[in-house]
Amino acid sequence: MLETAITLAKIWGVLITLVGLAAIMTWVERKQSAVMQDRLGANRADVFGIRLIGLFQPMADGLKMFWKEDFIPPRGDKFLHTLAPILAFFPALVIFAVIPFGDVLRIGSLEIPLQIADLNVGYLFILAFGGLTIYGTVIAGWSSNNKFSLLGGLRAAAQMISYEVCVGLSLVGLIMVFGTLELDAIVRGQNELLFGFLPKWGIFVQPLGFLLFFPAVIAETKRVPFDLPEGESEIIGYYTEYSGMRFGLFYFAEFIEIIVMAALFGTLYFGGYNVPYLYAEGFRFPWGAEWNLPHLVVVFLQIGSFFIKMAFFCWLQVLIRWTLPRFRYDQLMKLCWTGILPLAVLNIILTGLVLMVV
Amino acid sequence: METFFFILFAVVAIFSGLMVILKKNPIASVMFLILALFATAALYVMLMAPFMAAIQIIVYAGAIMVLFLFVVMLLNLSKIQEGGVSALKIIGALVAGGIMVAIAVVVRSIAIPADSGFLRELPAEYGTVESIGRSMFITYLLPFEIASFLLLAAIIGAVVLAKKKLE
Repeated sequence: MLETAITLAKIWGVLITLVGLAAIMTWVERKQSAVMQDRLGANRADVFGIRLIGLFQPMADGLKMFWKEDFIPPRGDKFLHTLAPILAFFPALVIFAVIPFGDVLRIGSLEIPLQIADLNVGYLFILAFGGLTIYGTVIAGWSSNNKFSLLGGLRAAAQMISYEVCVGLSLVGLIMVFGTLELDAIVRGQNELLFGFLPKWGIFVQPLGFLLFFPAVIAETKRVPFDLPEGESEIIGYYTEYSGMRFGLFYFAEFIEIIVMAALFGTLYFGGYNVPYLYAEGFRFPWGAEWNLPHLVVVFLQIGSFFIKMAFFCWLQVLIRWTLPRFRYDQLMKLCWTGILPLAVLNIILTGLVLMVV
Repeated sequence: METFFFILFAVVAIFSGLMVILKKNPIASVMFLILALFATAALYVMLMAPFMAAIQIIVYAGAIMVLFLFVVMLLNLSKIQEGGVSALKIIGALVAGGIMVAIAVVVRSIAIPADSGFLRELPAEYGTVESIGRSMFITYLLPFEIASFLLLAAIIGAVVLAKKKLE
C-alpha cells in the first residue's frame, strides 16, 4: 500500500516537473533565439506591469492555444487526427520512467529509490518508446489530408527509422563497458574511478560513442538541423493542419523530448546523478582527503547534479537549433548510413578489443 | 490482479486483431495491428519475459509497422471494396473455424505434469537480458550464427533485387 503510494507520488512529481520544465524550455528557446539574433526577445507578456524577464510568456502561450479555433480538416480522418498529438506526447513522457534522478533516499527505515521503474531491460525500454514517437508524426501527416503534411509525415518516417538504427548501435559500446542495460546500474558503474582519479563517466570510456550518439538523438527529436519533417520554410510540415491545443501538444512534446534526451545524455555519458568523488557517506578524494556529509545533503547534491547536467544539455540543444542551418535530404541520409553507422560498428569492434585486452 | 491484467490484455489483443481484418481503412488496420502487438508485448511481460516484450515493441511496433504505414501511405490505398458472399469465403471460414476448434480441444486436453518444469519456481534471473544473452551466445551459439547467416543472405538478396542495374 505504502509502496504504491510512493510510486504514485514519484510519477506525479516527475510528470509535474517535466511539464513545468517544458513550459520553461519554450521561454529558454525564445530567449536563446533572441540572443543569437541580437534582440531582446519575448518580454511583452506582463501581469499588472510586472514582466519578470518574459517568464509570463509560456503562460500567455498556453492561454492563447486554448482560445484558438480547434480545427479538424473536414476531409481528413477525424479520429486519427485527434489521436496523433497524443501519440506524439505520450512516448516522450514515458521514457523518463526508467531514468534515475537520484540514488536511494532513506527516511527512517524506508528506502525510496529515486527512479520510477528500475527495469532489467532499461535501455531497450527507451529504444522501444523512442521508436513509437514516429507514429504521432506520421499519423498527423496522413490524417490531415494535405499534401504538405503527408510529405512531412513520409520524411519523418524515413528519417526516424534510419536514425533509430544509429541511436541503437552507437550505444552498444557503453552497454559493453558496463555490462548491463539497467540505467541505475550504468549510473552506479560510472561512480568508479579510472586510473585512480578520473571518474568512469561514459564520455571518458566511450568518447566516440558519445560523438555518434549525440547527433543521432538530435535527429530523432526532429529539430534543426534535422527538421526536414517540419521544414517551416519549405513544406511547413506534418502539423500544418493543426491548431490550438492540438498543435500545442506537438509543440510541448518536442520540448519534453529535449528534456528527456538531455537527461539521457547526462545519465549515460556524464555520470547521471553522480558528483565526482561523492559516495554515500560523503566525499572521498583520491588524494586521501575525506569530508563526511549527512545523508540528506548527499541526496540533495546528487539530484542537483542530475538537474544541472540536464539543464546544460537542454541549453546545448537549443544552442544547436539556433546555430546550424537545415541539412539537405540526401546529406541527412548520407550522414546516417555512411557516416554514423559504420563508425558505430567500428566503435563496437574497438570496444570489444579493448575489453578483451583489459 | 494477475488474472485481471491477463484478461484485459488478452481482450485488447483479440479485439484489435479482429479489427485489423474488419476495418476497411488500411491505415486503421495498421494502427490496430500495432495495438495488438502492444497487448501481446504486455502478455510477454506477465510471462516474465521483459526482454521479449521490449524486442517485440522495438522490432515490430517500432520498425516493421512504420514501414507498413509508409508503404500504405505511399500507395494511397482507398477503402477496400466489399465483395458479396461466395462459396470460397464460406469454405475459408469453415476451415479456419475448424482449425481453431481443433487447437482449442488439443490445448484443453494437455495435462501438465507437476515435475515438468512449467510449474516449478522460476530462477531469479529467468527471462533477464543476461540469461538470454548467455544461452544465445554460449549454449546455442551455432544455431544463432546459422540463423544470422540466413538473415544476412536474405538482406543481400533484397539489396540485389532492389537495385535496378547491377554492374
